[in-house]
Amino acid sequence: MAVKVLYFARLREELGREGDQPELPGDEVTVAGLWEYLHGEPPPPRLMSAVNQHRAGLDAPVRDGDEVAFFPPVTGG
Amino acid sequence: MTVAIHHEDFDPWALLREAEQAIPAEARGAASVFVGRMRDFNEDDAVTGLFLEHYPGMTEQELERIVEAARARWPLLGVHVAHRVGEVSPGDALVLVATWSAHRGAARDACSEILERLKHEAPFWKRERLADGSSRWVERNTPA
Repeated sequence: MAVKVLYFARLREELGREGDQPELPGDEVTVAGLWEYLHGEPPPPRLMSAVNQHRAGLDAPVRDGDEVAFFPPVTGG
Repeated sequence: MTVAIHHEDFDPWALLREAEQAIPAEARGAASVFVGRMRDFNEDDAVTGLFLEHYPGMTEQELERIVEAARARWPLLGVHVAHRVGEVSPGDALVLVATWSAHRGAARDACSEILERLKHEAPFWKRERLADGSSRWVERNTPA
């Protein structure tokens, strides 16, 4: 399965890139599992995520073709 | 009902005048407005500039969802939400939330709810530039 991954704000700067385009085995993974696949460790505390531009928890499912975003807590307004 | 992302400085009062034209005059019983501007200080430090990042696509959708939830809860006649992104200077407008209803309670409560949900849920991130030339990501919103 192919997934589009995006990083924002401090996370993007720390990782040094705007995203990843991983090809994963199988046809479903959780958001947390995707992070671990990409970074080799469990998601850091306070990490937020979205699947297909909707807020999603770390246990939400990710499937082929999905857009997954990881970002720190929001600070707008 | 309008949600707008601005990449350049905007005049919230001009937007407000324009948005109000779309609301029938006889229905404009109450309007509630919040305008937030960039301060030149934060956490005791002088701040000389701000970079506001967003998630194009999701940010607009989140704002629409927040506005729709408010419309389902209160009898609103109009809503206008505007938010700045990009490089911002002190004094620039950051956010405008305006609500119109027949009565003050609905307008005021909806305006407050939309603003608080925007601050806690909409994907925006601030990076401050300090007087010494360094910059830092803002880790959390100030209390109300």
